[in-house]
Amino acid sequence: MRQDTGTEHNQLVSATDIGVSRGGRWIFRHVDLQVSKGDLVSIFGANGAGKTTCLKAVLGLIDCDEGKVWRVPKLVVGYVPQRLAVNPTLPFTVRRMVNLVGHFSDTEVDATLKAVGLGRLGDPQISTLSGGEFQRLLLARALIHNPDLLVLDEPSQGVDVAGSDVLMELINGIRKKLNCGVLMVSHDLKVAIDIASDVVVLVPHEHDDPASSQPFPPQEHPGDTAVPAF
Amino acid sequence: MLGDFFVRALLAGIGLAVVAGPLGCFIVWRRLAYFGETIAHSALLGVAFSVLANLDLMVGIFAAASIVVLLVHVLDSQELMPVDSLLGLLAHGSLAIGLVILSFFPSLRIDLHGLLFGNILAVSKQDLLVIWLGGAAAIAVLWCIWRPLVAATIDEELAKVSGMKPERTKLIFGILLAAVVAAAIKIVGVLLIVALLIIPAVTMKPFSVNPESMAARASVMGILVVVGGLFLSSRADTPTGPSIVVIALFVFAMTRIGMKLFQVANHGKR
Repeated sequence: MRQDTGTEHNQLVSATDIGVSRGGRWIFRHVDLQVSKGDLVSIFGANGAGKTTCLKAVLGLIDCDEGKVWRVPKLVVGYVPQRLAVNPTLPFTVRRMVNLVGHFSDTEVDATLKAVGLGRLGDPQISTLSGGEFQRLLLARALIHNPDLLVLDEPSQGVDVAGSDVLMELINGIRKKLNCGVLMVSHDLKVAIDIASDVVVLVPHEHDDPASSQPFPPQEHPGDTAVPAF
Repeated sequence: MLGDFFVRALLAGIGLAVVAGPLGCFIVWRRLAYFGETIAHSALLGVAFSVLANLDLMVGIFAAASIVVLLVHVLDSQELMPVDSLLGLLAHGSLAIGLVILSFFPSLRIDLHGLLFGNILAVSKQDLLVIWLGGAAAIAVLWCIWRPLVAATIDEELAKVSGMKPERTKLIFGILLAAVVAAAIKIVGVLLIVALLIIPAVTMKPFSVNPESMAARASVMGILVVVGGLFLSSRADTPTGPSIVVIALFVFAMTRIGMKLFQVANHGKR
């Protein structure tokens, strides 16, 4: 499998010319991206450009309608979803959330909560957390698995500007410390450029004739393609 | 002792309530009340199955309810229509088919009232055995799928990325629910089974810190209200299912009033 990609040894995930369509309309297409150990790749684009869908396709949560996704075997993914609407009738504490998948010792949970800045929080119900605290908790939940690849969907959404900068620094610090790959969706270009090693830009897809089954070559529709910005 | 109909109903009701506690919690957490109603509605199709194939009532209902669970599972993934429309279609479709089939057997005497609202006199020794063995099996299965089911309740995609199979877990949960509906038909009846699932779970929420404690408390409350309802039913000659639900509602209201009073009293101290 590794030879197929023909690229460096540290590669974690690689998508080649992928596209997803729904109801005869392409949500995005012609996207290429690679994430290797230590990389931070940012998927950038306006609302409705298919960023989250693209992320899910790379993760294998949805199937691609064209193109190929390759993931290194036994890849451990730490996934931080965009929004998590936990039903308030479900009693769930912070520490239990970190332990959602798997069984980790108290020491490991403590260390991970401390690493994301929630060390002094104690063990309250998750329904009492602020948006920023909850986002950090989701990050802790992903980190405790010691992931090869950390995947974040708009991590700073619902967090104020100052909090967002701190969160980004935190994520960047984690990347350096664990030497893991990071794949992140963002609609904030500053964030995308500041710390990313690669940026994938998604542009809303408007030109394709939905009835047409002929795929357009990317160069004819430069606006439709994913352009590596750097 | 088992010769007494009341003792049989009591033991069957306790067996039912133990399983209904945790399953009811998941119905509340996952917002599946209408899914529960749909399975309950399919019970009358199950009665028709029992008549056609000369099966035990509980077996027929379990079969029909399981088919409906499978249909929801398959059709929902096709995204043909919103899930509540799909549930409505299956709930009332199965109910209607069941009633039409039963109308072909005019000589058949079916205690429709008993099926809808429960009949304390109807629990046989065999029913009791099936409910307790089935209940033990259901608890064992629930034990095995507990963590993945909780993870899928928090977020299905998160569970999937972590290597779990939320679709399969949900299907197993649906089959367990079908079994509970089948077991419940003689105690609370099909129209009120969802109340026995939901009310104890909702009542115990404020007193629970984690999913397990809420499930356990819901089971205990379920046992208490079933016992209370059966006593009410036998003393006052009221229908069994509604009596159980009235007791459950009463407990719910009392806890909420108690909490409010406690809040006011604490506020007054400051």
